[in-house]
Amino acid sequence: MNTIWALAGVVIKELYRRKDFYVLFVLTALITIAAGMVNFFHDPKIVRYVKDICMLLIWVSALIIALITTARQIPAERESRTIFPLLAKPVTRAQFILGKFLGCWLATGLALAVFYVFFAIITGSREQNWPWLTYLQAIWLQWAMLAMVIALALLGSIISAAPSSTTTICFIAVAGILLVGGHLNTVALHQTQPLQTIFYTIYFLIPHLEWFDIRDRVVYDWGLVGWLDCVLATLYAAAYTGLFLLLTWLGFRRKSLNT
Amino acid sequence: MKASPYLVLALVLTVCFTLATGLEPRAATWSNRSRSDNVFGVLFGDGRRLFANQFFTMADVYFHSGYYPSIFDLRDEGRKEIVAESHGHTDSPEDELKEDFLGKPKDWIDRFGRHFHITEHTHLEHSNEREILPWLRLAADMDPQKIETYTVGSFFMREHLNQPREAEAFLREGLRNNPNSYEILFELGRLYYDNYHDPDRARNVWQLALHRWLQQDPKDQKENKLGFEEITVNLAHLEDGVGNYEDAIRWFQGAQKVSPDPGALQRQIDGIKKKMGAPTNAPAAAPQ
Repeated sequence: MNTIWALAGVVIKELYRRKDFYVLFVLTALITIAAGMVNFFHDPKIVRYVKDICMLLIWVSALIIALITTARQIPAERESRTIFPLLAKPVTRAQFILGKFLGCWLATGLALAVFYVFFAIITGSREQNWPWLTYLQAIWLQWAMLAMVIALALLGSIISAAPSSTTTICFIAVAGILLVGGHLNTVALHQTQPLQTIFYTIYFLIPHLEWFDIRDRVVYDWGLVGWLDCVLATLYAAAYTGLFLLLTWLGFRRKSLNT
Repeated sequence: MKASPYLVLALVLTVCFTLATGLEPRAATWSNRSRSDNVFGVLFGDGRRLFANQFFTMADVYFHSGYYPSIFDLRDEGRKEIVAESHGHTDSPEDELKEDFLGKPKDWIDRFGRHFHITEHTHLEHSNEREILPWLRLAADMDPQKIETYTVGSFFMREHLNQPREAEAFLREGLRNNPNSYEILFELGRLYYDNYHDPDRARNVWQLALHRWLQQDPKDQKENKLGFEEITVNLAHLEDGVGNYEDAIRWFQGAQKVSPDPGALQRQIDGIKKKMGAPTNAPAAAPQ
């Protein structure tokens, strides 16, 4: 376990040494503050559009951070050949994969925490309302979703050598699932065979990332999701994360490390 | 001969300035975009109108606190509820059934997913209606000719948020952009009558609204009968309120010609006639 934590620590250090997070955070902060300063009909109590914009930016930024950080881990180690001394130490390939995953996940979690603290300060200062439990659920569910995304990107990074292509493909896949995934069953109903079966198969196979998006509940003040539902969703995310990590390990354990 | 770089710089600047003074009046006629009075006009040109409908829909989404059908939920694209509300419509149980676009869960994924999303049909209330205003402001900036934006915005500001001054300013902005709109004039009349309690100004504005309605093409008049009925019925109530019973009856009789429920209007006429103590077979004259 110490080995996995050591590998994860390196990834976390990498996050705060690189500029990706800072750029995205400053951009999010600037856009949110600019939106918040707009005066609509001299009514200072209008706040939901600011929450909406800020949450959207947080989701996009967290997704970009997770994908960019993850997609370059294995290709960068192979390209700089640091993977050879790393694996020559008593580090198995499974530990290597788990260490990279844990590092990316924790690093993304840290970034998410900073984003949500900013969100809470901005919205709380306007609304004078601090629904911490709702924020806690929102951040936890988003982080659980990002675990699946990170595991998927790790799998992609052992298939494709270029981090840019892994990032792009994963981004399209994740955005597609978030936007369309939950509606594939409705779309399937209006198709003829064999398209209907194909749509249904995809619908039941893909990880339903859209469950974890409770932005609307936060923006429109709908309150908490049931805690049991949160636990079940977490287990669902853990299962898919485990599946993707297993596939990554299966692909990586026999992969030639020479570039 | 060697020229000083400062002299060359001064010469270039002079040439630039001279060209600019000559070209600027011509350049202003090349495009209307740079003359636009808002940032969206400068950025998008006429393409901004494409976004206006989307922003207007966002106002409706906010009015429903996020409970809104996606493009995959096959629902009849009727009139938006913020528009219906501004015309005094309230949801009946049948309407509520129509609004249940989700239906029963189709499978376990659908059923479980609903625990995380908004599945309850509600409308904003208790002054939270203010949350739709940013989207209406953006819709008006994107498409100043979209009349519903002004009437809906004004309705919510004066009726739910107690902001008649802002509502009037928004309507006047709409009127500057759409001087022939009877809808905006009608809404302005409601503001004068209901909020400022100024029946004289309300009467003038409603009569102008009726004049604008009558100036439409016959085809448009046929499609917008509701507008005629709203104006005439409100004029009738106004005259009834100030004691001009004969005028009130004339307006009600005019409204009867287009109303889907002339019987209800007849009962109001009968009520006024009772007040007047006059016989019930007064001659009908359509107001023009």
